[in-house]
Amino acid sequence: MIWEVFRQERKGQAFQHAGSIEAPDERFAEWYAREQYGRRGESEALWVVARESILHVDDFVDELNRNYHRVDGYPLKEKLKEARERAGTTAPRDR
Amino acid sequence: MLTTRAEMLLEIADDELILGWRDSEWTGIAPFLEEDVAFSSIAQNEIGHARALYELAARDLGTTADGLAFDRAPDEYRCARLVELRLPSWEHTIARHHLYEEADAIRLERLKASDDPELAGLAAKIDREEVYHRLHAQMWFDRLAGEPRFTAALDELRPLAAAILDREERDGHSPELAELWEEMTIVRRSQPAGTTW
Amino acid sequence: METREREFLEYVQSGGQVETDDWMPDEYRARLRKFIEMHGNSELMGVLPEREWILRAPTLQRKLALTAKVQDEVGHAQLIYRVVEDLGKPREECLEDLISGKAKFHNVFHYPTKTWGDVGVIAWLVDAAAIISQKALLKCSYAPYARIMKKICWEESFHILHGRDVILTLMNGTDDQRGLVQEAVTRWWGPLMQFHGNPIPADEDPMVVWRIKSQGNDEARQQFLDGYVPQIWELGLTVPDPALRKDEETGRWHYTEPDWDELMHVVTGHGPKTEERLDLRRKARENSAWVRRVLLAEAA
Repeated sequence: MIWEVFRQERKGQAFQHAGSIEAPDERFAEWYAREQYGRRGESEALWVVARESILHVDDFVDELNRNYHRVDGYPLKEKLKEARERAGTTAPRDR
Repeated sequence: MLTTRAEMLLEIADDELILGWRDSEWTGIAPFLEEDVAFSSIAQNEIGHARALYELAARDLGTTADGLAFDRAPDEYRCARLVELRLPSWEHTIARHHLYEEADAIRLERLKASDDPELAGLAAKIDREEVYHRLHAQMWFDRLAGEPRFTAALDELRPLAAAILDREERDGHSPELAELWEEMTIVRRSQPAGTTW
Repeated sequence: METREREFLEYVQSGGQVETDDWMPDEYRARLRKFIEMHGNSELMGVLPEREWILRAPTLQRKLALTAKVQDEVGHAQLIYRVVEDLGKPREECLEDLISGKAKFHNVFHYPTKTWGDVGVIAWLVDAAAIISQKALLKCSYAPYARIMKKICWEESFHILHGRDVILTLMNGTDDQRGLVQEAVTRWWGPLMQFHGNPIPADEDPMVVWRIKSQGNDEARQQFLDGYVPQIWELGLTVPDPALRKDEETGRWHYTEPDWDELMHVVTGHGPKTEERLDLRRKARENSAWVRRVLLAEAA
């Protein structure tokens, strides 16, 4: 069985994928993950997960260009320039 | 003249040293890669325990840990035969691992209860690492318990386990210790005592 | 070259990363897998020359450091074979091919280790040569391999420290100890110079073209010489090549052309220790086959 190992380097940090090991069951997987990813004290903690338990998701559909979810959906630069010209003011850093 | 504390320390230290030396022989050729890495850590821990125990004894005896580990003659070591055996088969290695951990757990409990705070403290530290060794031994025991060659190896080695806890049972050494000692000390003996390596 | 292949080539050449389930040209996949497999084999075979000295280490500290180093190499083999397996070739098949002599491993692991001096020189110089190659893989276009190289390079840095420590201790010791180092350097120089491979221009090296490695063979060798010849000379040691010198104007090292025939002869399985070491692996595998059977039985 293949087990994926996720490592947390320091407390507070995200768990990141570190690699995979082969082990017949959970007890062996724990032992082997401990050794491969922690024998030098380089990890604060590990998550060890059977590969078959991982749901891999990578197919994201955006056929209708949902730009309201993205920064490029909010073009403020031109509008701000126009509004300042109308009010006769300048950008703060130009004063 | 050896004090009782130094004698006791050497007995355990020699057990851990020789067992660690034997266990380290599997580095690179264990049954599979993940176990190779794991078992090598156990071997290193055992040597580490030996070193800590030697350091304590060395203060009592006015020498160094390396001096105790390498510079005595084979018949001056106080290890039990169980750890001296060269066991190039996995079923025997795991059988020994299981029997040794079982006995050593009891030995460490006694030491943790010692009036001597240095001894008790060191035993507690070692025991905290040994927890993992015991888990590992148990894990393998559960997996191999149904295998006839494993139960045969346990039966074969069990009589030797008594010596771990009972000093009376330590009645000399197997010829394998002298062979191991030759190899272990060959580089060190090639230069005068006190040479730095 | 087909369009899709050409697009892939442009993609990797401009720094694009490839994951396990992405489409890859057949040639890329085949070359990649063979390269990575050879690396795994080399880590596994590299264990054997050093193993003997674990038993003979002259102090407890050296014993621990050397055992840990060899353990790391086994760990590297584990990481690498997992990558090969995810590319479609199971670990057991890799090990079979290694033992049967079908698959190759690096030249340096076919030679004997004769003294404690070898232990120092291997960790100092052989590992240094290997690290240069390994650093050139950190930006490998195949991302799973690049990721494990990070861990591998980090662990190798401890090996270099250990090697340096052993060597400096010996050089500051007795005449005999200094003699051990010089003799080992002299004996290992040939294989070290051959290690990075024969001088294929980088733009003709498929490994560089496909961005599997970021450095050609000659460049790696120059980097090795630049980094380590000064270290060798500053200890008063000599190298058995009277032509070895650095051209101060061009910054390039000149040397006697390594024996490429010897390299070919050795890596095709005819090194002094090849047969013996493969035999050791074969026997170890046979003796422990039952263990793998028992472990896999309940896992299914």
